[in-house]
Amino acid sequence: MAQHKVNYLADGGTPIKLTTVDKIVNFGRSNSLWPMTYGLACCAIEMMAAGGSRFDFDRFGTIFRASPRQSDVIVVAGTLTKKHAEFMRRLYDQMPDPKWVISMGSCANTGGMFNTYATVQGVDRVIPVDIYLPGCAPRPETLQYALMQLQQKIRREPARMAQKAKRLI
Amino acid sequence: MQQTNRLTPFFENINFEREDNTMVVNFGPQHPSAHGQLRLMLELQGEEVTKAYPDVGYLHRGIEKMGENMIYNEFLPTTDRMDYIASTSNNYGYALAVEKLLGIEAPRRAEVIRTMLLELNRIISHLFWLATHALDVGAMSIFLYAFREREFAMDLMEDYCGARLTHSAVRIGGVPLDLPNTWIKDLEKFIVNLESQIPIYEGLLTKNRIWRMRLENVGVIPKKMAKSWALSGIALRGSGVKWDLRKEMPYGIYPELDFDIPVSDKCDSYGRYKCYMAEMYECTKILKQLIPMYEESDTQLMAHSPEYISCSKEEMMTQNYSLMQHFVLVTQGMRPPVGEVYVATESPKGELGFYIVSDGSPYPYKLKCRAPSFWHTGLLNDLLPGHQLADVVTIIGNLNIVFGEIDR
Amino acid sequence: MRAYTPKNDVQAKSYYSDRFFVKPTLARKAIFNDSILSADCLSLQSKVEVLESYLELDHLVVIVNPEDNVKTISHLKNIRAYDFLVELTAVDYIASRGGFEIVYEMLSTSKRKRIRVKTFILQNDTIETVEPLFRMANWGEREMFDMYGVKVKNHPHLQRILMPHDWHGHPLLKTYPLHGDEAASWYEVDKIFGKEARDIVGPELRDAACVDRYDTERFARLGHEVSKGVDISEGNEPDTPIRYQEEGGVKLFGKRLVTPFDEIETKHLKERK
Repeated sequence: MAQHKVNYLADGGTPIKLTTVDKIVNFGRSNSLWPMTYGLACCAIEMMAAGGSRFDFDRFGTIFRASPRQSDVIVVAGTLTKKHAEFMRRLYDQMPDPKWVISMGSCANTGGMFNTYATVQGVDRVIPVDIYLPGCAPRPETLQYALMQLQQKIRREPARMAQKAKRLI
Repeated sequence: MQQTNRLTPFFENINFEREDNTMVVNFGPQHPSAHGQLRLMLELQGEEVTKAYPDVGYLHRGIEKMGENMIYNEFLPTTDRMDYIASTSNNYGYALAVEKLLGIEAPRRAEVIRTMLLELNRIISHLFWLATHALDVGAMSIFLYAFREREFAMDLMEDYCGARLTHSAVRIGGVPLDLPNTWIKDLEKFIVNLESQIPIYEGLLTKNRIWRMRLENVGVIPKKMAKSWALSGIALRGSGVKWDLRKEMPYGIYPELDFDIPVSDKCDSYGRYKCYMAEMYECTKILKQLIPMYEESDTQLMAHSPEYISCSKEEMMTQNYSLMQHFVLVTQGMRPPVGEVYVATESPKGELGFYIVSDGSPYPYKLKCRAPSFWHTGLLNDLLPGHQLADVVTIIGNLNIVFGEIDR
Repeated sequence: MRAYTPKNDVQAKSYYSDRFFVKPTLARKAIFNDSILSADCLSLQSKVEVLESYLELDHLVVIVNPEDNVKTISHLKNIRAYDFLVELTAVDYIASRGGFEIVYEMLSTSKRKRIRVKTFILQNDTIETVEPLFRMANWGEREMFDMYGVKVKNHPHLQRILMPHDWHGHPLLKTYPLHGDEAASWYEVDKIFGKEARDIVGPELRDAACVDRYDTERFARLGHEVSKGVDISEGNEPDTPIRYQEEGGVKLFGKRLVTPFDEIETKHLKERK
């Protein structure tokens, strides 16, 4: 995980007053989150299993899109290595606003068990993360719970055209 | 909010159109059908590939270096993450290599349980292969069906060791846990279910005209190329070489089991597909033979070798010296003899080998994992030229490569 | 005075060492114990100077000079029917012997035997490529070069394969630390954001056993998390139930879709479907 300051609660945690338009837009956004297929390592298998028939992902309105230009959420599932970090940042930049990031598994959160020279110690050194999901590999139900938490988070935010930058980088 | 960063436009630097009208396409590290992080640079003449250059290393996590800095038992869960689809096969390969180095043998029941888990992992891996390969080629419903079967198999693994994906179900010297009470009954139910479902998948694909057109004469690997690139597993058996380590250089209790090895002489993707389906039947055959072997085996689970292996929990909690020895083995690690060992087992992907150089200290001096998928990806360099772009996806899916293994 | 840390081997070492411990060694048997392998070895000795040969755990090990590696492997491949070069790697013995030990592992499918060919080169020496004999050496030698810095002569494309092409250093050497050196730890920050962002992003957190001042306050309350500063003394503890959806239901659909989790009423499946 990155050391620099991240302001998670923009208004200090107080509830924000949302207008009806905000609520409608947020309702639409949260119930049709289209993730980008970003399976890197073992967590990708659990992500695929979450999309399978037992832990259905379709009921959340998610459709896995391969292109970053057509997706809202990026679920970073697996270890990010230094060779790959550049491409991950590039793909994150190519996603249009509003976008969110779920960091799935220990390797994406903090580098996990791979405390080595070639692993980025936490995906949030490179991109800003909204939901951290612990586990190695986290069960598909955990991924669904994370998605539900993300949906709640989206519904709490005021719906703007452009998102406020979460942090400096 | 697009933040500025230092990344300059990258692919604009490559000439997309060359003098001889070939186009360079980057099949990037993130691609839905790249099976992980494969970067393939293809030079295309129209739709046909003239040159291919696979670039790997996007999942290199330094597992071999970790091996040099961890004690032998500590490294076992890390081997899980290599071939993460069939984790127990990596654990077993590693445990077998260390056991050979130490000169100990796991007891009978442990071997039976290990082999059961191995064959279950083989089924899991082949189902996953079928699901992703069919998804890439276009038969998307097979993905859902195969994942459903996989869920039942992963339920079994979860009942045994608690984890669905990264098992660490095997220890150096044996297995840590005995099978739960209802496991054998669940396994029998699973086998019956699987044997009724595989004909459905075969019925959907084997005589399907589109499947045959996509897979026949695609990815033909001549025997000479297969041997030169050190292929193993079904990629080799699909080229007509009848070589399976379980039969030819057997280990564990494989000498006592009776099973066949499917081989295909056609050398193309369709032949390999048939081999995979036939192998799933062979796995269920093996599992059926193992069930009575389990029931008549003696209950010892870990090898008795106090120098290297900790004793059972009951003994440890009651005997003082056992507890002291366990403490030393866990904190400092066991000290194997000085020497080298190379042990290869037949993982679902091919010949998975571990080359361990020990200098007598608790940390290995060198630990090299010989991953079959590494050479299968190298093969793409020689295999892809001459094929159409759509065939590239078929071939990559057919060769069953896992990036955890390739990059380690 | 700071403790002496040897710089020629920065890998993890055992803390305690038993002064009187004699390390057992794996038995090395003479080659006549196995008829097939001894025939192979004798045939090889007629062609190439074999420095040492022994059987270790039913595995024939042959040590040759580095100049003879191609001749040895081609003899084994063409004449003694060892049709697979299974593994090709190097072992770092720079601290003890000043060089690398290159290991070739071969397999014969017809005879079902394995043979290991070893050769020793000094650190800055080069070794001839085996690629014309076995195509797998193309990638095997690249990996050896990438991880150890072993230079290979006449290789068609000797470039880094597992590390990024502009990486500095050879990772599997004993002098390379597990966490990576300075260049490694800032690699991704420098590449993406530039050197100025090093202060913003901060150094990597490599200490897995780090204990924070507030750990007992925050993480001991798994399942009962509260925000920072909330009063958690006896009797005042706020309840933190697991909620899958917002308390008041989602606006626009009201409370219709909220089904609260009832511990008693919930059905338990007897058998997993």
